Formats: sequence, C-alpha cells, structure tokens
Amino acid sequence: MIRYIADLVLLAGAVFTLLGALGILRMPDVYNRIQAGTKASTLGAIGVLIGIGLLQPQWWAKLVCIAGFILFTSPVSSSTIARALYRSGVRPWQAAPGVADDRTGRG
Amino acid sequence: MEQHRADPRPTLGHYLFTMAVLFLLWVLLAGTLRQDELIAGGVTAVLVTLIAGPRLAILGGVRLSPLAPVHLLRYLWVFFAALVRANLDVARRVLSPSLPIRPGVVEVQTRLRSSLGRMLLANSITLTPGTLTIDVLGDRLLVHWIDCSPGTDLAAATAAISESFERHIRGFLK
Repeated sequence: MIRYIADLVLLAGAVFTLLGALGILRMPDVYNRIQAGTKASTLGAIGVLIGIGLLQPQWWAKLVCIAGFILFTSPVSSSTIARALYRSGVRPWQAAPGVADDRTGRG
Repeated sequence: MEQHRADPRPTLGHYLFTMAVLFLLWVLLAGTLRQDELIAGGVTAVLVTLIAGPRLAILGGVRLSPLAPVHLLRYLWVFFAALVRANLDVARRVLSPSLPIRPGVVEVQTRLRSSLGRMLLANSITLTPGTLTIDVLGDRLLVHWIDCSPGTDLAAATAAISESFERHIRGFLK
C-alpha cells in the first residue's frame, strides 16, 4: 500500500517538474519563465523527496534537511537572477504594448 | 540600502537559539543519537556559534517568544498550501492553449524590519501563485506579477500578495 502512495507522490513530483519545463518553453519572457521554473522545480523536488522518504523511511532526517535547503535557496537564486536582469535593463513582456506600461519602469 | 535595514542586536537568547539550531542540524545529518555523535555535534555547535558570533546580526531578527513556534507552524502550513496552489496555477496557465498571462511589475510594502524577515517574505512571495520578487528596496518589494490587473496600486498589491504571509511571519521574525 505504502509503495503505491510513494509511487504516486514520485509521479506527482515528476509531473510538476515536467510542467515547469513546459512553462520554460512556452512563456514569453524571462521573468515568466523564472516564475514557472522556480515553483515547479521546488514542489517537484519536494514531491520526489517525500516519495523517497516513503520508500526509505530511515532516510527521513537527511531528506528533511535537503528539502529545507531547497526551499530556502531555490527562491533566493531565482530572485537574484531576476534582480540582475531587472537592473541590467530587461523589462517585462507586456500583453498589450502601450497599455498600462507605466508600471514597467521602476517606481 | 543599508540604512533602511534595522537589524536588532542579537542577544544571548539568539546565540543559544543558533547553537540549538546547529545542533539539531548536526543530529539530523548524522541520523543517529549515539553519545559520541551528540558530543561532537555539541562542541561543533558551540565553536561555530562563537566564531560566527560577530556576524550573527541577521539572527537578531528572530523573535524569541513562547508563541513563536506556533506562528512558525501556522506559517509553514499557509506556505505549503500556497506552494501547491502555485503549482496548480502554473500547470493551468502552461497547459491552456491561449497562455492566459497578464504580467506586470508592482510594488508591495512590508512592515517587517529585519533582513531575515524581509528575506523570508521575498522567498515566500517567489514561491506563491503568480508572483516573483525582483528586488527589495528598503521597505518596498518589487514583484513581478503574472496576472496583474491594470491600475493595481501599492495598497491593493500589498493586500493581494504579501499580507497573509506577513501576518504569520511577524509572529516569529521582526
């Protein structure tokens, strides 16, 4: 029984990671790609870790540590990349150019 | 930006807290409760805390109160729920043929004063549905929002994006 739950959780993690990859392909600009990639890879990785934890219960302590580090560092790296892009002048893609573009500039 | 930060000075409690966290991390990584491992972990935790002491300013933001763990657990629950919703949201947008996004950049305001608190808030915003923190400018966070209705102002963006997290984070960080 626990084997099936573990398989299901592993599969869910893999599916979220796949959807994140699809998001990176489909999104129109770098900020939206970061959005899709960060969220999906974080939950995908945690899903895989939970799945492993169900299969190998004696590893739970190390898996919790890994999950914690991923949760803490993955958004930091995404924000850092986004900030570097923003400061070097890459402006977000707008659905309708010319409309409501007063928010693209800083401030 | 340095002058905007107001990290409270770490107290003795913060040093003890750091030691406890380091020791817990050691035990988790060692994966055993054997006596020699515990002693080695304890000595390491004390040494690291003493050596890193002068650079522990960031830990001054931790609120050491009896209720803090409760707030931390509540925050974790809210955060995980938001993370799952974020992924379903990404899945929905990515899989729909029309790619329904309406991105924009907004500012949100935070009442958190410590670096640690602002960092955790920025992290939380990045991992929740449709938002990505780009920059922290004093008490303002610059956020890329995937579904931003035109004319969203500071107050509306703050209410929509950061307020629920901030309420919980304020329970255990300054």
